Amino acid sequence: MSVREGAPRDPEVARAIRAALSVGIPVAAYGVSFGALAVAAGLDIWQTCVLSLLMFSGGSQFALIGVLASGGASAALPAIAGAGLLGVRNGLYAMRLTPILAGLGVWRRLLAGHWTIDETTAVATAQPDRRAQRAGFWATGITIYLGWNLMTLLGALLGDLLGDVRAVGLDAAAAAAFLGLLWPRLRRLQPVAVAIAAAVVATVLTPVLSPGLPVLAAAVVAVVVGATDLLGGRPGRDAASGPAGEGAAS
Amino acid sequence: MTIWQVVIAASIAVLGLKLLGSLVPASVLERPRPARIADLLTVALLAALVAVQTLEREGGIQLDARVPALAVAAVLFALRAPFALVVVAAAAVAALLRALGWAA
Repeated sequence: MSVREGAPRDPEVARAIRAALSVGIPVAAYGVSFGALAVAAGLDIWQTCVLSLLMFSGGSQFALIGVLASGGASAALPAIAGAGLLGVRNGLYAMRLTPILAGLGVWRRLLAGHWTIDETTAVATAQPDRRAQRAGFWATGITIYLGWNLMTLLGALLGDLLGDVRAVGLDAAAAAAFLGLLWPRLRRLQPVAVAIAAAVVATVLTPVLSPGLPVLAAAVVAVVVGATDLLGGRPGRDAASGPAGEGAAS
Repeated sequence: MTIWQVVIAASIAVLGLKLLGSLVPASVLERPRPARIADLLTVALLAALVAVQTLEREGGIQLDARVPALAVAAVLFALRAPFALVVVAAAAVAALLRALGWAA
């Protein structure tokens, strides 16, 4: 491998960069939905843009505005907790990326930490060697960070112009956006069962609890099923393709 | 809390979790249970958000134009339509049903 060190045209690196662009560009385009929905949820344009710049984690951002949309500032704590819980998986991704990003200086390490999201992790870990892994990580990170923030601003400006949130169906668009984030994860029995149970728990508790709390209560379903591995165990058809790369116990 | 305080506090929490993860030894992740709980946590929270976003209105449950819009979105996702297209289609279905007066 070291023979190739410094080669200007490494085919694996070129392939990693192509993967980064094909994953990154469509993902960055969701930023329009986020910007429009955040404004519809009652945030101003600056608050919307700060979320994309500083939080930079789609699931957590959508969760925050979803809870604020139903409860406003009175749902502050559940909104923060929901965004934080959805951010837990980024912490796990950071652990997986530690060996790939080893040896960087403090500032690049912090930037890499900030850019540790589903897509950068997926592209980086799918590459065959260390150089391609790093190239994939940084190319995906740059593409999505720039694109996501620009598209957030565009969406916030458009959402501001649209006016009546319900008349233009933005409330339904938010539901569809959450479904789109969920959809790729519903490939095996266990996550499907957790999704249905969580939706039922949140729905039943909505008239009873303050805004935001039903969503957090639904998280308990995941902890119980995850800890006991209920409905799991049997390797599914795609056991080898799990994003966490746990691999079947052999 | 003001919306600004929520935005800043939640951003710091999410960013902090990412940075914290890079300080934890990788061996922790090799245990399947924490990884499984984190994956399922994402599924449960997103599913709960779908339900609440589709059904909640002023603290109660209301069936309105959002339900058929979500059904259309599900069909489009099953047909592998692009994310942005599905979001726009869902909005259009709800807006149309409301404009026609067929749903609240």
